[in-house]
Amino acid sequence: MSVDKNTVAKIARLARIRVDEKQQEELTGELNQILGWIEQLSELDTDGVEPMTSVVEMTQPLREDVINDGYYVDRVTKNAPESAHGFYAVPKVVE
Amino acid sequence: MSNLNNLTISDALDGMEKGDFSARELTEAHISAMEETRELNAYIVETPEIALEMADASDKKRAAGDAGLMEGIPIAMKDLFCTEGTQTTAASRILDGFVPTYESTVSGNLWNAGAVMLGKSNLDQFAMGSANITSYYGNVINPWQRKDSDAQLTPGGSSGGSAASVAARSAMAATGTDTGGSIRQPAAFSGIVGLKPTYGRCSRWGVVAFASSLDQAGPMTRSVRDAAIMLEAMAGYDAKDSTSVKLDVPSYQKALTGDIRGLKVGIPKEYRMDGTPKEIDEAWEQGIEWLKSAGAEPVEISLPHTKYALPAYYIIAPAECSSNLARYDGVRYGLRVDGESLDDMYERTRGEGFGDEVKRRILIGTYVLSAGYYDAYYNKARRVRTLIANDFKKAYESVDVILTPTAPSPAFGIGEKMDDPIAMYLNDVFTVPASLAGLPGISVPTGLSSEGTPLGLQLLGKAFDEETVLKVAGVVEEAAGFSALPQLMAGGK
Repeated sequence: MSVDKNTVAKIARLARIRVDEKQQEELTGELNQILGWIEQLSELDTDGVEPMTSVVEMTQPLREDVINDGYYVDRVTKNAPESAHGFYAVPKVVE
Repeated sequence: MSNLNNLTISDALDGMEKGDFSARELTEAHISAMEETRELNAYIVETPEIALEMADASDKKRAAGDAGLMEGIPIAMKDLFCTEGTQTTAASRILDGFVPTYESTVSGNLWNAGAVMLGKSNLDQFAMGSANITSYYGNVINPWQRKDSDAQLTPGGSSGGSAASVAARSAMAATGTDTGGSIRQPAAFSGIVGLKPTYGRCSRWGVVAFASSLDQAGPMTRSVRDAAIMLEAMAGYDAKDSTSVKLDVPSYQKALTGDIRGLKVGIPKEYRMDGTPKEIDEAWEQGIEWLKSAGAEPVEISLPHTKYALPAYYIIAPAECSSNLARYDGVRYGLRVDGESLDDMYERTRGEGFGDEVKRRILIGTYVLSAGYYDAYYNKARRVRTLIANDFKKAYESVDVILTPTAPSPAFGIGEKMDDPIAMYLNDVFTVPASLAGLPGISVPTGLSSEGTPLGLQLLGKAFDEETVLKVAGVVEEAAGFSALPQLMAGGK
């Protein structure tokens, strides 16, 4: 499987990464090189093999459903590029 | 440089206990070395004031008879571990200026054990790379140089700043993280010891995430004993990481008995690859001989799916990275580049905030997880991962530990292998399989290449059997007697 420039532009949009025309060109070549190399996996028969979800056999630990952390809005928003009244601030999204 | 810079952790602990020198003196010697070796660019941020404050507190603790496992030992902290009040960037532009308001569990464990922070060490951006050439803060230079050449070599990656600082004696030890070889490969390139513990042994909480099913923190030191001491301080169950394992942390030093008689050492035939330089194979043969002389029994084993490990890794790791790095949105922390709309702001922020290799991996990950390709790529890779883990399980029915080279070459020059992402990925051919299987591995320096640069051998163990790995590594270290020094270390040669 290989990608063309339009597909690269589409993936970049899905990933919310701005990629200009020239970079799209370069990335198409690079991604195809990587995808071509990955393609060798298809020669391997994996029918009936369970996909791995965790390398360590464990059950998900459960805990009491209680609030055990929080209440420090200042610390949480301290690194925000913009915040106001204890909230993150984003550009206007509704007209 | 004073002779304090050449001590191992175990020697320094003894020296402080006897009162030969203080944590403050030891720390001052390393602060000078850090300043003297700035050309290596091993540190993104130096924290000398914090270091001296911690050293003084450490001297008081020792005087009060309350010394911890790493009391007074000055170390470099890979800039992937969140440190409260000290900038943490993952070597990226998008986190430039990010000052965590909390401490990662592993760094917190080390400070509680008495370790002293010298600074935050440089790395490949978001730990993605094998040569430390993708950092927003510039390349790290390997303290080692080739014979008769002053060409700059890479220290390996991603924990390149950590490796360089330990090799150059500007830190007694450093933390690393290993996703596909990022502790072991730079350790081999820089002539030091690097241990990746079993997945789940050290908490990932507060470590900037790359590929969560693979990431694991570990120690980088100048001796196997030091790695044992530091791992004991780092490891342990943490309720804040649901993949951390509820197992007691043993006293790893006790495993260093030197007695490996009767131990079976697996030699995987698939690791003899075409195109591997002769001296890498020779170093491996030498390692087998050392273990044989010490009474262990080499056994040829087969890990049949080895060649599929790298391509599977380059689906799984980018897939997880594309998901993990979705959090850098210009809203909650880090860089924001304004745009015409919210989406435009996201795209500009991420377009300018991530480096080329990070973008490449996010895009590959987004592609393999997208509708229509998820099964063909991502699920396929996870099935291959199961086969690779099963290869190791089967091998460990007949052997106790596995010996391989750490990397397929010694350190290469900065600028080499830059144009071809796959040539760079092949650096991790011997380290990635054990990462996919979650197994512990260590790299031990064993000698010099024909170019005069370090070579390392890797020992892989059963899950949560770091003790056997360390024990055998100790025997290899003893037999190798590696004592060569890098050219660009503090104090010169």
